[in-house]
Amino acid sequence: MALLQVQELRKSFDGLQVLKGVSFEMNQGETVSIIGPSGGGKTTLLRCLNFLEIPSGGRIAVGGETLFDAENRRGLTEKEIRQNRLHFGLVFQSFNLFPQYTALGNVSLAPRLRAKERPDYKARHKELGEEIEARSVDLLKRVGLGDKLNYYPHQLSGGQQQRVAIARALALTPDVLFFDEPTSALDPELTGEVLNVIRQLAAAKMTMVVVTHEMSFAAAVSDKVLFIDGGVIAEEGPPEQVLRNPLEERTRQFLRGYEK
Amino acid sequence: MFQTVLLSLTEGFGKTLEIFVLTLLGAVPLGLLIAFGSMSRFRILGWPVKLVIWIVRGTPLMLQLLIIYYGPGLILGNNWWGSGASGRFTAAIIAFIFNYACYFSEIYRGGIEGVPRGQREAGQVLGMTNTQIFFRVTLLQVVKRIIPPMGNEVITLVKDTSLARVISVYEIIWNGQAFIKSQGLIWPLFFTGLFYLLFSGALTLLLGWVEKKLDYFKV
Repeated sequence: MALLQVQELRKSFDGLQVLKGVSFEMNQGETVSIIGPSGGGKTTLLRCLNFLEIPSGGRIAVGGETLFDAENRRGLTEKEIRQNRLHFGLVFQSFNLFPQYTALGNVSLAPRLRAKERPDYKARHKELGEEIEARSVDLLKRVGLGDKLNYYPHQLSGGQQQRVAIARALALTPDVLFFDEPTSALDPELTGEVLNVIRQLAAAKMTMVVVTHEMSFAAAVSDKVLFIDGGVIAEEGPPEQVLRNPLEERTRQFLRGYEK
Repeated sequence: MFQTVLLSLTEGFGKTLEIFVLTLLGAVPLGLLIAFGSMSRFRILGWPVKLVIWIVRGTPLMLQLLIIYYGPGLILGNNWWGSGASGRFTAAIIAFIFNYACYFSEIYRGGIEGVPRGQREAGQVLGMTNTQIFFRVTLLQVVKRIIPPMGNEVITLVKDTSLARVISVYEIIWNGQAFIKSQGLIWPLFFTGLFYLLFSGALTLLLGWVEKKLDYFKV
């Protein structure tokens, strides 16, 4: 069974329909790339899946568990939304690291707060804290920042900040990790180090959805590519099809912009 | 003579400090409440609060002192403040707190709205509660942002305390001026300036120290 199921997802802002019914599925360990023009709904899709926006319609399920169903009129409580978000991680275009915490502090903050909710926290808080610390250090080493643990965000380059953000998102072991144009805010010479980390994660079979304008990266790393335009999936398929021999005229038109 | 003046001015400065400290103690938290009110999504709350801020910031503090002290007695026929020095002092403190809370609220609002939306959203996708986001993520960034404008207001307050003399609160200027009438001496009034300078100098150093303490990160 598919790990993530998205059915007929819709979202309107003040009567403007941004998502007009988006459906896709992905399996555990897959990497899906989403391409498409600005304003086509890519970011809104990611924001809906992470419950930063509440969809106007449709259904979202992870591992068979329904997280959101617009048919269910009761709506979601704050607590349910928070629980739902823990299935997913999101890496932002603008990193959004917390400036007052070190790299290590950024990665360990949320797990520490989570640990406080455990019934055995009082008895084991020291041990739990050490576990979280060790795991956070491991994650930062994994993204190549083992030597920058105690650096504050403003002391790091954009590429390093984004890698901290990836480690931070991984710290809560999400089922699916989303990337919203992770290299769009970076100088060209820094995109490589971030894309390499994502490549490593793909090789390690992390389930990921990457919104990107880096077509060669999408071609190399994805199991599936979605082309989103006008609030719908205009074309989907393996990268060889969507990126090399698209079936839809609209996709061809869009990709022509990247050939120059 | 010098000792008499020094004693009188020190006593007056004690009153000045009382006004200063009590105003800060009241206005710092009240300002936060007013800030939340003015940012409220509910217009029925937001608009009246904005109107009050406009009136308080748009009229002289001296006028507010007079109205708050004389208003209840002359309009309602009931002087809440009681007679004598303690009544005048209470009225002055209320006026100062209210006035400064409105100024502080605008500084807080600017500080809170200045934190990028992404900070909040980063906390949300990490499964943090709204309370956790406020205390662990937003608050310190707001504090760092508002220290310089708050410093300005606090230094202004040091000098604004002298307005209390308009309703005969015996703060340092009042005491200094008294020597003109009683002894024909002007230098005690100049001397009061030294008190203000030393005190605002000390505050400037303190604020600089706090700013430096928060220098380890950038917002």
